[in-house]
Amino acid sequence: MSGLSIESISMRFDLPDGGAVQALKDVSLHLKEGELLSVLGPSGCGKTTLLNILAGFLAPTEGQIVMNGHTVLGPDAERGMVFQQGALFEWMSVRENVGFGPSMKGMPKEEKAEIVDHLLDVVGLQDFKEKAVYELSGGMQQRVSLARCLANDPDVILMDEPLGALDALTREKMQSLVLKLWKETGKTIILITHSVEEALLLGERLIVMAPRPGRIHKEYELPFADMGVGQDLRDVKKHPEFAERREEILGMIWDMEEEIMGRTEDAQ
Amino acid sequence: MTSLIPFLLYAGIFIGSFYVVRFIRHRTAIRDYTSLKTVTFGDESAVRSNRTASIISIVTIFFMWGTFTGSVIVPSFLHMPGPYVGDGQFDVVVQAPDGTKDSSTVYWRVAQPDADAMPQEVDEGTGAALNDTVLIRKYRSGQVRWDVNDTAKRKAGARIVEVDGQPVNFDHKRRDDNGNLVDEKPEIRVENATITFTDKGALSVSPTKGIQMEPIWLPPPEDVWTRFIEIASDGYQGSTLLEHLGYSLFRVILGFLCGALVGIPLGYAMGLSNWFRGWFDPIVEFMRPVPPLALIPLVIIWAGIGEAGKIILLFLAALWIMAIAARSGVSGVSISKVHAAYSLGASKRQIMRYVIVPNSLPEIFTGARVAMGVCWGTVVAAELVAASQGTGMMIMVASKFQLTDIVIMGIILIGIIGFGIDMLMRWAERVLVPWKGKG
Repeated sequence: MSGLSIESISMRFDLPDGGAVQALKDVSLHLKEGELLSVLGPSGCGKTTLLNILAGFLAPTEGQIVMNGHTVLGPDAERGMVFQQGALFEWMSVRENVGFGPSMKGMPKEEKAEIVDHLLDVVGLQDFKEKAVYELSGGMQQRVSLARCLANDPDVILMDEPLGALDALTREKMQSLVLKLWKETGKTIILITHSVEEALLLGERLIVMAPRPGRIHKEYELPFADMGVGQDLRDVKKHPEFAERREEILGMIWDMEEEIMGRTEDAQ
Repeated sequence: MTSLIPFLLYAGIFIGSFYVVRFIRHRTAIRDYTSLKTVTFGDESAVRSNRTASIISIVTIFFMWGTFTGSVIVPSFLHMPGPYVGDGQFDVVVQAPDGTKDSSTVYWRVAQPDADAMPQEVDEGTGAALNDTVLIRKYRSGQVRWDVNDTAKRKAGARIVEVDGQPVNFDHKRRDDNGNLVDEKPEIRVENATITFTDKGALSVSPTKGIQMEPIWLPPPEDVWTRFIEIASDGYQGSTLLEHLGYSLFRVILGFLCGALVGIPLGYAMGLSNWFRGWFDPIVEFMRPVPPLALIPLVIIWAGIGEAGKIILLFLAALWIMAIAARSGVSGVSISKVHAAYSLGASKRQIMRYVIVPNSLPEIFTGARVAMGVCWGTVVAAELVAASQGTGMMIMVASKFQLTDIVIMGIILIGIIGFGIDMLMRWAERVLVPWKGKG
């Protein structure tokens, strides 16, 4: 079976004070190959925990992740990660960062150089090849992160709020880039964000998670990602359905936050 | 009171030069961004080390040194008043036991200690009391046994009743039952000297000393320089200067390398394994605050005063610092870097080689700088205690012979080398870990 299956994952762990946290409860999801999924939810809904389980950094207490027919037991090059920021190796140049995955595999130099050159072209950083990563701006650094992830040719790309730390303009450019890469490479991409707009723009499918315990609250199939491949993202945002969905989801998350606040106040 | 003069002078130069420089600056001000800031008190970025102040500070140190030692590096009109060198004289009136008085003159001369100086040549004159002459060395005082050439002797009861026209009431023969003097010893100021009496009635001439430092306490800079040249070419205590410095440096480098060789892997292990962390934490945390100097006695008991003991001491000085630096270097690696490397397919060994080690290098360099500084301080102290070569030994032996110039030269060399080591480490850090603080 190809694709990625999340099979009734639950995650529960003890706290030092004797309590326990139910971070995720019975989450199930199947992703087809080449699907673009965005995950949205208020803070504390377990979306980062879910991503860490998908990446193999955490083991779920119940359920399993099945990918390409085998169970995920730990991190692997078949599942690439793009982090919010600070995950680049500042002791390496841009070229070395992008070539890190191939190097680890022991790929021959020429082949590696070809991949790196191609990807730097794709993300538009050919001129910065030999620069140190700390000399680049935040947006450029995230381009390097994307290229580094793609250089390894993973089946699934997991993105943990990759554009969260960028300014609004850079962010929009990067959103277009993500869509372009998705279309060109045909990778399965799971993107976590807490920007509703971003989730709508960069999700063929969108799941909204609810907190305490973390679970899937609602699922959408959206046309905007496909629209965004061909046209300006700002035009997509003007689409009446986009505005409608945005209001709907914002309201949903607003209610969840209210509920949490209410519960906390009751507890006090 | 006189010991306050250097401090007051120093404070005066500090404050005076501040106003002078500010006045000059005011006229030639550069209008850069910082100069336009209105809030500077509390704005750390607005406080920049004032280059002019640094230069004046260094010049002032040499000026103070020179002016209080009468050095050639400071023009002589700027010297502090020094000890009187030259001739002087004063009249005394001697009263013989029979009551007759006669006056005579005491001639005195202060000469440089090394000169083949002779006392003033004087005509002894005539009468019961004859003129006396005395030679005094610079910074010392001289005794005048004025009765030697007189007919009336002190033993017989002759005494001085007038010095430089001032009446004196001091009879060394008048004693109480315990044999103590009854009369208080007078102190008479004459030109360029103070005259007092000894217990036996002789005169003591103390020429004015001024407020300069005696070379035995603080030699002038040129003496230190001369001594440096001398020791650099002839050596001291059986070894040349380079050998002394070389021994110290060799011990530091060897001890540091041993410490780093054990400490860095230990720190890595502590940063990567619960068991290692738990096992060595109490030891490291206990040993870290123990000053290496406190270990010297034990190391001497165990390993003797030879090279082995010193290397062990420096090894111990560097070990804990390096272990802690490596440990915090490993702990400081951000988890997303490690996660990223794992999901890019790196193995544990590759994570170690390509992520953890380079990430910890800046911390290790900082630790190495601290450790080298501590080792340098410790080696000098260890050599002070016992050694047959080394910079510390050199100044310790010199201090026993009151060779202050060698001591000062040694201290300056120790400072320069310590500073040089630090500069070298900083340079290596810049070249080898340019990503420091950029993560």
